[in-house]
Amino acid sequence: MSELFFNESVILLDVEGDNKEEVLATISNNLVERGLVKESFVPAIIKREGEFATGLPTAGVSVAIPHTDVEHVNKKTISIAVLKNPVDFVIMGDDSETTPVQLVFMLAMDEAHSQLSLLQKLMQVFQEEDTLKYLVNQKDKTKIKSLLEEKLDFVALKGGER
Amino acid sequence: MAKQVLVACGAGIATSTVVNSAIEELAKENNLKVDLKQIKIAEVGAYVDTADLLVTTAMTKTEYPFPVINARTFLTGIGVEDTKKQILEELQK
Repeated sequence: MSELFFNESVILLDVEGDNKEEVLATISNNLVERGLVKESFVPAIIKREGEFATGLPTAGVSVAIPHTDVEHVNKKTISIAVLKNPVDFVIMGDDSETTPVQLVFMLAMDEAHSQLSLLQKLMQVFQEEDTLKYLVNQKDKTKIKSLLEEKLDFVALKGGER
Repeated sequence: MAKQVLVACGAGIATSTVVNSAIEELAKENNLKVDLKQIKIAEVGAYVDTADLLVTTAMTKTEYPFPVINARTFLTGIGVEDTKKQILEELQK
């Protein structure tokens, strides 16, 4: 299994967008610019969100976990975006009901079915209202990085910085 | 005989992995044998003759000959005990 890329460059603050498509484009274009995903990742993740919504009405702060097929990914990463204003995402498993999302965790996975412990830890974070509120209000990317590294146990998943 | 349980999400990458593991644990805790199949929602059609239950985080409007349980609560934690109860009831039928 390859290492997970994670540092301040995939943490975005004050992301603005009128709708979920604009927000997804901003976050995924950043990953393209950094060579972590292919250009095809951008339309693929927007299309997938339209087909299979990923908004989650979690405790206190709604989140979304957009993801798409592995072939669009160069290097496994999780990109975190704090939205300046909440943007409506359709709720996972629903066809029209939306939730006002403030935190986006974009998953760029390079192998299917191989991220179980990471995903379980991520879902655990979604159940911690205090952690989500901290992330939404934090203006220091390094603090966000440190908190998530601790919560998601990234140290076990990756080697050194790149 | 072990019941066949389909666990499906849109991409078959993220959410079904978590749900799959949660059901595995649930079955173990209750000494139930299950035949878990982690698939994409688009692949459900291939299992209509064999499956006993579909647990999914994706939306599905298709009618199946087996019950469908929404698994979103496994991701948010809100209402997860009710979902587990629903799944157990189906497994114990």
